[in-house]
Amino acid sequence: MKILVAVKRVVDYNIKVRVKADGSDVDIDGIKMSVNPFDENAIEEALRLKEQGKATEVIAVSIGTAANQDVLRHALAMGADKAILVESATSIQPLGVAKILKAIVLRKQPGLILLGKQAIDDDAGQAGQMLAALLDYPQATYASNITLENDTLHVTRETESGTEVVALTLPAVVTADLRLNDPRFVKLPNLMMARKKVIETINVADLSTDTDSKLKQLKVSEPPTRKPGIKVNSVTELLSKLRAHDNLKL
Amino acid sequence: MNQLKTLILAEHDGKELSASVYHAITAAQFWNVPVDVLIAGSSTNDIAQRAATISGVARVIHADAAHLVHPIAEDITNLILTISSEYQVILAAHSSFSKNILPRVAAKLDVAMISDALEIQENQTYVRSIYAGNVLSTVQSTDAIQVLTVHGSNFATAAMGGSAEIINIKAPEAFTKTRWISESIIKSDRPALTSAKVVISGGRSLGSSEKFEQVLSPLALRLEAALGATRAAVDAGYAPNEIQVGQTGISVAPELYIAVGVSGAIQHTYGMKDSKIVVAINQDPDAPIFQVADYGLVADLFEAIPELTAALN
Ligand SMILES: Cc1cc2nc3c(=O)[nH]c(=O)nc-3n(C[C@H](O)[C@H](O)[C@H](O)COP(=O)(O)OP(=O)(O)OC[C@H]3O[C@@H](n4cnc5c(N)ncnc54)[C@H](O)[C@@H]3O)c2cc1C
Ligand SMILES: Nc1ncnc2c1ncn2[C@@H]1O[C@H](COP(=O)(O)O)[C@@H](O)[C@H]1O
Repeated sequence: MKILVAVKRVVDYNIKVRVKADGSDVDIDGIKMSVNPFDENAIEEALRLKEQGKATEVIAVSIGTAANQDVLRHALAMGADKAILVESATSIQPLGVAKILKAIVLRKQPGLILLGKQAIDDDAGQAGQMLAALLDYPQATYASNITLENDTLHVTRETESGTEVVALTLPAVVTADLRLNDPRFVKLPNLMMARKKVIETINVADLSTDTDSKLKQLKVSEPPTRKPGIKVNSVTELLSKLRAHDNLKL
Repeated sequence: MNQLKTLILAEHDGKELSASVYHAITAAQFWNVPVDVLIAGSSTNDIAQRAATISGVARVIHADAAHLVHPIAEDITNLILTISSEYQVILAAHSSFSKNILPRVAAKLDVAMISDALEIQENQTYVRSIYAGNVLSTVQSTDAIQVLTVHGSNFATAAMGGSAEIINIKAPEAFTKTRWISESIIKSDRPALTSAKVVISGGRSLGSSEKFEQVLSPLALRLEAALGATRAAVDAGYAPNEIQVGQTGISVAPELYIAVGVSGAIQHTYGMKDSKIVVAINQDPDAPIFQVADYGLVADLFEAIPELTAALN
């Protein structure tokens, strides 16, 4: 069984982005980019399934410009067998991503497709469910544990009231939560080796899918900041400040 | 042409409607078209009745079927698709329930989805946050059907006093490639995190699950507060995952938020910065949490929290 893992290249989670002066978009010029954190969990899980002998091949796919080679090299250095870059000059929204991934799924026929539960730039959290819809595959989002027996995948999902377990018949789509695993560190020699691997490059136009979106970003802005607060010197002072707020009824 | 309507996907636990549904109903009034509420489940007559008495609801669409007892996204999606042509807007309050389902619906309808809208404006325009809340993005959709989730706490809760018609519809057959197996719900006597008036969140600094409870629960008891946690505290096993506050957990907007030994990473503040009053207790005077706190106390939490609890009692 092959596993396909979708890997997005995003602004590193440690970086606080700024908006451009004209409000047209965020300014990410020269900023550190990384693998979307959840996608790293997805890669790790795919590798573990392979190491358990439950998968034969792990294929990483990323949609973006030639710059996305770095995240694919990272996936290869972690242990992915193959990498595919779907080249697109324009940035693509979740529905377009799902359509592209569907085209790749039809070509490569993976038994399991792993994605991150959300991209930390657009914070959409949609592509996995959308891909499952387009393929009419079973889906499990926010996975914190996965076990595979024969053709059935048991997935523990994190919900707002605790966790739930669902069983999916493969082929299926699963999105990874951060608690799914601790992604391995990439060792330098592996990174050197990954540099030599060939990345299959596909032009998005060759997939003959319509990835245009009717959802347009009009502008971006800085969120309102909270009014600066004060430091209090003691618990007593804190309590007297809080008691001054009548609505709190302390 | 029939007037198009708005459909709300309602979350419930089999017994009660989720509080967020009331916020979604208010958000849906924006379009000035009839608002229908979809209740899908098994033995959910009471819930449907209840939904029918919320002000602003035109009709309750009720699908009751044995296989919907633990609804999976595939089944709810297929159900929505049987009625979607009547609607110009399909909406829910943003939660792990709705965000699992609505992207699947949107893709089936071949439209984009707007996740966690903070604001709804004229001309199918929405404001939502991106980059963990560091940036606000204004987006406009020209899709024929708007599929979106809304940030519940940004919309008032709808009042009671309606008398909507209840329409029973048949659910399509079960999607058999996904089976619900089990769930583990941690019962707590505390108020629900998303609706509590006071939330006390603990960080990794609490040091253990025993300490987390020992230090925070007496204060929570006194303030009738819900407990929250940082991801670091959850990952370390000090707190259960469903109380994680932040970008990848839940968003809260209580009257009072007390951050205890929380550093204030942007991923965390995303989930609490709409709180009315924020108190931060941290021993590091430079901790970023103080930038979003109305009242900051530089102190050792293991001394300050018991002292605060005692002073209140
Ligand atoms: C993709 C992604 C998503 C994430 N999503 C979330 C999320 O949803 N929610 C979330 O919370 N985090 C999230 N994180 C993690 C986040 O970046 C931080 O690592 C986390 O919030 C830190 O938790 P903390 O404040 O408990 O721990 P730390 O950063 O370790 O901070 C501990 C704090 O406690 C203080 N302290 C220590 N001892 C005491 C004492 N005795 N008395 C008083 N103060 C003391 C310290 O000064 C410090 O400020 C996410 C990270 C990533 C990469
Ligand atoms: N450009 C992309 N290339 C590869 N995978 C992507 C891309 N965009 C989104 N994904 C995948 O879809 C997941 C969810 O993204 P989103 O719906 O944008 O939050 C991510 O965690 C990735 O696994």
